[in-house]
Amino acid sequence: MTAIPADSAPKDRRRLAVHRVEIGDRIYEILTTACALVVPALVTAIAIAIFAAAWPALTKLSASIITSSDWDVGAGRFGAAPALFGTIVSSAVALVIATPLAIGVAIFLSEFSPRWLRQPVGFLVDLLAAVPSVVYGLWGIFVLIPMLREHVMPFLRDTLHLGATPFFSGAAYGPSMLAAGVILAIMALPYISAVSREVLLAVPRSQREAALALGATRWEMIRDAVVPYAKSGIIGGIMLGLGRALGETMAVTMVIGNRPEISASLFAPGYTMASLIANEFSEATSDLHLSALMAVGAVLFIITLIVNAIARWLVWQVSRERAI
Amino acid sequence: MTATLEHRLPKSRQALQPGTIEARDFSFWYGKKQALNNISLIVPPSSVTALIGPSGCGKSTFLRSINRLNDLIPGIRHEGDLSLDGQSIFDKDLDVVALRQRVGMVFQRWNPFPKSIYDNVAYGARINGVTRSSELDEVVERSLRRAALWDEVKDRLRTSALGLSGGQQQRVCIARALANQPEVLLLDEPASALDPGSTQKIEELVYELKRELTIVIVTHNLQQAARASDHTAFFFSGQLVELGPTDQIFTRPREERTDAYITGRFG
Ligand SMILES: Nc1ncnc2c1ncn2[C@@H]1O[C@H](COP(=O)(O)OP(=O)(O)OP(=O)(O)O)[C@@H](O)[C@H]1O
Ligand SMILES: [Mg+2]
Repeated sequence: MTAIPADSAPKDRRRLAVHRVEIGDRIYEILTTACALVVPALVTAIAIAIFAAAWPALTKLSASIITSSDWDVGAGRFGAAPALFGTIVSSAVALVIATPLAIGVAIFLSEFSPRWLRQPVGFLVDLLAAVPSVVYGLWGIFVLIPMLREHVMPFLRDTLHLGATPFFSGAAYGPSMLAAGVILAIMALPYISAVSREVLLAVPRSQREAALALGATRWEMIRDAVVPYAKSGIIGGIMLGLGRALGETMAVTMVIGNRPEISASLFAPGYTMASLIANEFSEATSDLHLSALMAVGAVLFIITLIVNAIARWLVWQVSRERAI
Repeated sequence: MTATLEHRLPKSRQALQPGTIEARDFSFWYGKKQALNNISLIVPPSSVTALIGPSGCGKSTFLRSINRLNDLIPGIRHEGDLSLDGQSIFDKDLDVVALRQRVGMVFQRWNPFPKSIYDNVAYGARINGVTRSSELDEVVERSLRRAALWDEVKDRLRTSALGLSGGQQQRVCIARALANQPEVLLLDEPASALDPGSTQKIEELVYELKRELTIVIVTHNLQQAARASDHTAFFFSGQLVELGPTDQIFTRPREERTDAYITGRFG
């Protein structure tokens, strides 16, 4: 046996252990901080790149890029108002259709469905989000558009006499703002419904019991205690769906008709900013044309930022209301 | 141990007054787990009955059976009967929603809706179709006065109930329950999360209210049970061990287990 002092080995090991924990903590801290910084850095980099590329068009065309409807590449006129209009209207139509449906699905799944049905139906709804958008586009062309043209549009216009309003009048060609809205609704639905389902399930049992113990029916409980409590989360889900709808390109391009015109009728074809960029980018030859497309991208970027800001604000409003 | 109860069961149904709760051989299961075992007792009207016993002995289960709030839980089952004013609460003709309006409940953790004080208290009236604002104002004021909260909140009725102190929020919940003009008020540890001052307010309130309705209160606080109740029922692992006048239970319990519990030898 060599003469090692009896207590030296454990002491060393302890010192080593302390050292290792410190280094581990430090590495972990650096790694997570780095990850956290990458995201905002990336967003800033993208924003800078877009605005730099859009700059020539923005200075040359200024506001006319969103106020003018005249898009003439040859003449160097780039007015994307119809595309802006189409983006907003198709997304709005999508929300009008998707929101009640998605909330209905979420309420069914969280409140009424038997436990064994919750998983499979929830899974199928989530699956809607996983379908590639080109598949939605194909479905839109081969199933949705014929159905809208043959049945839905005549029904809305003639049977319900909605043709008297400007929104459902005119010829039913098929490719239209309505078709885009319906496709976008289906694509936004799983986002709204998944978020809503989660927040509804997270409503504390004490809130449900409060309503029931006061003699509320199940339906009154949902209406007065569950949904209001989940309101801010549901709004967040709707905004997530809206974000999805605003940026969607492929499926919309396939069904909207790609005609840069502003029409009040949802039966008329339209255009969106995302479609405009996708359609023209590969053929853009002049620098101004490219820059104008970038400017359209910048507008889309700003709109999504505004939507997110509004969402934050709404969620904040609701939660503040609760805290007062 | 049922023998100690026999003398309390009425000879005839006519003896029942409004607000009388009666359990006959009532047993209750969560799935396979039995939570209550052959409970037979009568809660007399216009009085306070305290339910005491160690954690998990079935006090809340019994309380929540009276307004059938346990109905929500999947896999539950019961045997025997519970009745209110002589009518079985499991009667097929009985409307559960109406039952819950006759039997108010206040929970351990105050649970006002994230709405104004006014809207909280008016809730029961509103779902019953009251829309006239003069009528609602009256209900709200009367209920808040009964809950001894009116003076503290009358200037801020339209602000969120969640901005009040815990004790005030609990009294909003009591006012909300009272607005339905129930015959029975069930309180499940209503003060266990409150400071002594608020606890005292709630106890005084219970004392006031018992003149008008039947109160059943679950509490872990034995002094509270001794102070506030007329009758005390001691539950132990799903069984009713002893029920009697509160002073008798606390000074001369008949059962050894009751004695052990109130003197703090277990529980
Ligand atoms: N939802 C439930 N599912 C299954 N078992 C339950 C459920 N609720 C209560 N139990 C069980 O039933 C028994 C009685 O519970 P209960 O809540 O009535 O007790 P308690 O006397 O109110 O206790 P505490 O004083 O802790 O509130 C306990 O063993 C509990 O674990
Ligand atoms: Mg309990």
